[in-house]
Amino acid sequence: MKQTAFLLLFMLGSFSLFAQSEKYQKTMQQRIAEIETAVQNGNMPALANTFERIAEAEKNQWLPYYYAAYCQVMTALLEQDKSKVDPIADKAEVLLKKAEELAGGANSEINVIYSMIATAHLTVDPAARWMQYGQSSSAFLEKAKAQDPTNPRPLYLEGQSKFYTPEQFGGGKAAAAQVLEKAIAMFDQFKPASELHPTWGKAAAQYFLAQCK
Amino acid sequence: MKISALNHLILLLLLLISQLAALGQTTVRGRLLTPKGKPVPGASLAIKDSYDGTTTDSTGRFQFETTEKGRQLLQVTAIGYKPVEEWLELNGTPVELKLTIKEAIDELKAVVVTAGSFEASDTKRTTVLSSIDVVTTASANADVTAALRTLPGTQQIGEREGLFVRGGSGEEARVFIDGTLVNNFFYSALPDLATRGRFSPFLFKGTVFSSGGYSALYGQALSGALILETIDLPDQSSASLGISSVGLSGGYQHLNKKKTASWGANYGYTNLYPYFQLVKQRPDYFRIPAFHAGDANFRIKTSKTGMLKFYSTIQANQLGIRTPDIDSGSLKNSFGLTNYNIYTNLAWKERLGKKWKLFLGTSYSLNQDDIENRLQDQDNKDQLIREQPYVSKSFDVDARGSLLQVKTVFDRRLGSGLSVLRFGGEWLYFKDDVKFRDTIARNNLQEDQFKAGFAEVDVYITNNLAAKLGTRVEHSSLLGRANMVPRLSMAYKLGEKGQASLAYGIFYQKPERNQLLLNPDLRFTKAAHYIANYQVINSSYTFRAEVFYKKYEDLVKTFPSTNNSGKGYAKGIEFFWRDKKTIEGVDYWVSYSYLDTKRDYLNFPGSLQPNFAANHTASLVVKKFITKWKTQFNASYSFATGRPYYNIRFDQGANKFIVADQGKTIPFNNLSLSVNYLPAIGRSGANSFTVWVLSVNNVLNQNQIFNYNYSYDGLTRRPIRPAANQFFFIGCFISFGVDRSQDVINSNL
Repeated sequence: MKQTAFLLLFMLGSFSLFAQSEKYQKTMQQRIAEIETAVQNGNMPALANTFERIAEAEKNQWLPYYYAAYCQVMTALLEQDKSKVDPIADKAEVLLKKAEELAGGANSEINVIYSMIATAHLTVDPAARWMQYGQSSSAFLEKAKAQDPTNPRPLYLEGQSKFYTPEQFGGGKAAAAQVLEKAIAMFDQFKPASELHPTWGKAAAQYFLAQCK
Repeated sequence: MKISALNHLILLLLLLISQLAALGQTTVRGRLLTPKGKPVPGASLAIKDSYDGTTTDSTGRFQFETTEKGRQLLQVTAIGYKPVEEWLELNGTPVELKLTIKEAIDELKAVVVTAGSFEASDTKRTTVLSSIDVVTTASANADVTAALRTLPGTQQIGEREGLFVRGGSGEEARVFIDGTLVNNFFYSALPDLATRGRFSPFLFKGTVFSSGGYSALYGQALSGALILETIDLPDQSSASLGISSVGLSGGYQHLNKKKTASWGANYGYTNLYPYFQLVKQRPDYFRIPAFHAGDANFRIKTSKTGMLKFYSTIQANQLGIRTPDIDSGSLKNSFGLTNYNIYTNLAWKERLGKKWKLFLGTSYSLNQDDIENRLQDQDNKDQLIREQPYVSKSFDVDARGSLLQVKTVFDRRLGSGLSVLRFGGEWLYFKDDVKFRDTIARNNLQEDQFKAGFAEVDVYITNNLAAKLGTRVEHSSLLGRANMVPRLSMAYKLGEKGQASLAYGIFYQKPERNQLLLNPDLRFTKAAHYIANYQVINSSYTFRAEVFYKKYEDLVKTFPSTNNSGKGYAKGIEFFWRDKKTIEGVDYWVSYSYLDTKRDYLNFPGSLQPNFAANHTASLVVKKFITKWKTQFNASYSFATGRPYYNIRFDQGANKFIVADQGKTIPFNNLSLSVNYLPAIGRSGANSFTVWVLSVNNVLNQNQIFNYNYSYDGLTRRPIRPAANQFFFIGCFISFGVDRSQDVINSNL
């Protein structure tokens, strides 16, 4: 009798565990799908908060923190009022640090976000900040490339940065197009580790490539 | 029994109801405001340990459904605010909330006390001038203090070294490197000519220029303080080579693989012989200026938060100038100088635990000037005439001055905000040995053990209101006197970007050594500063307006006797405007200073506007990088109204000093241009980088007169002018392994 009760309890427990992970899976998929349109409809800050809530509730998943950091840094990059950028980027970094801890170190995807955070800081005052943030932004991208040569995102960001850099300094549309084409080819080949792992960037890369022509 | 059955029934019913409620969702809605009633948009609301929550809209309103039930914790967070938690009872009934959230005090938003000081640093997120600005200011020729002369509060002085700040003389502004006083920041003084600073601007990552009301951590400067912080570890190992119209230089910096330590050494040789062949100088340089300068450094990260820095320079230089003697048409005055200088600085910074920071700095410097001044005839033969005024024109001076000092500062964070308590002390040992020989020889040795203790607290009352309260106690063994002064400042933020600051302080300074020879019983000289400032800074422009009043007391009078009866005042208003956005690709700044000052000191017969003070001073600095040409163009224009000059003579009949003649110099004008050409920009993979520099000072060849010298009999007056109207510089600087050009280009993107 006791054993049956125990078994029942155990089954109930594992059922709720299963339900929990299914809920995680389902919610994450929904939210990740929302990222694509979030730039257009100004939903990035709210989405960042949503991912942070999931992360805090889950406690041991790095991906929700990763997406929260991604949405925050996108918010920082889209922010028009430059005086607000630094605190948002700092918040993204706090979230990313948590992702890094849970992921057992900074992987290629995490380093991509670190690079974007540095870029966000840079945009506030490029003249005064280049030495600090310009160099660290590209250093993170190099690291990300080295860690996962199949990851198209560092290449896409490199192309985007070349797009905004004057020709005389090694940037320009032609140089950007080269990198972006390569990035898009890599996006086509790229296989995420799971349904929840990052896949973003292809549409943006295509957009910038179109601007190059 | 009956009762018990009823009880059971009720219990069952209750259970059922609560189960039913639990199946449904609870709506939580409300509004999030600041205590002042301002809506807080973008804030995150979350039921702890659940996915449920939302983000506030632009009016601070929120609404969400939750399946959680019972007593649950709602967490509210927003960037720049202190987190708020609220317990909720979730049972299906909609929850209406009115929440308030307070701003967090944080460094980025918090007001910074700015009255009187200009910060130029690469690390601060908002700066007025950065280090690279110093190098690309056209009139500066890479001299730190010359670049500061384009800021309000400073005078355009060309006949003496030093920073002349708000009616103060050059001696009244002092320079500090990594916390400690620098005794001979400028090259040794020359008769009627200004000298440069000894230190390269590339040595410093941060500059704070205070034109008054500075912190209790510093003292012994009546008018201003220039506080310089040296760079940390370099980005990579590199070697550099430079060749220019005035000399050669080379250096090497090594960074270890782990990027935890670096060392380096540089050597530069400057010789003006080729330049003087091409550009005629007014004085006859019988010994062409030649300078050797070697320096060495190491920087070690002693821990994650600790940094040990060492810098040392050894310099040797010589020059000789011959000018016509003012008292006689047939004689010449010849001045020869040989200078040796050693400067060493060792500083350590470390964080101790969560709340404490420690700074420990020590420095040693030794300066030796050997001067020979001679009266010579037309064949440059020494003449010794034993009557006034000639007798005092043949002399030798061997001056040897050293300074050893130690300084410690403890920093303790107070509470969870930004408030900090700072305290510490310093010990300085000055030793000045001067041998003077004219008709007789006189030796004088002056020693001073100078001690100071200080404490300062930065109090953040709110994000918008901060105060800095400090006190400083000093004792000089030479004077046998002590002083204690207050330093106060506060700042209040007005709106998003604007802020107003007030500062007050009392500043003491030792009398000059010559004055102490005349009367060893002199007291400290004293100045009180009152400053009010308003400033607006954002990423595209900076605006500052500042008014000040400065009261001098106990200045040294040298007649009728040497005592502390001198006094004076300075007051004025200053404006600064810098704009990087309005004109595409152009960065410019404008500064204007109005100064009204008079003082009665030295042998002044009354209260006079000193000859180092112009009433109106203005500067315009413009920089533009033209990407297509890989070239940066810099221009600067400085203007100052004429300065007064006096012939203060002793009147035998009246037995006192009188102003026998006076006037105003012509206004000062200087247009300077410089061009930096960076041919290797963007050449990816290049392992060497070249910067070409071309600069011209006083492009329009305008006449500059700084002051007048009078003959002994007062009948002859001669203008003091620069050694040459114009200065031309061309140089090429190459660095290997490091892309220093990035500094220049990216500061212009």
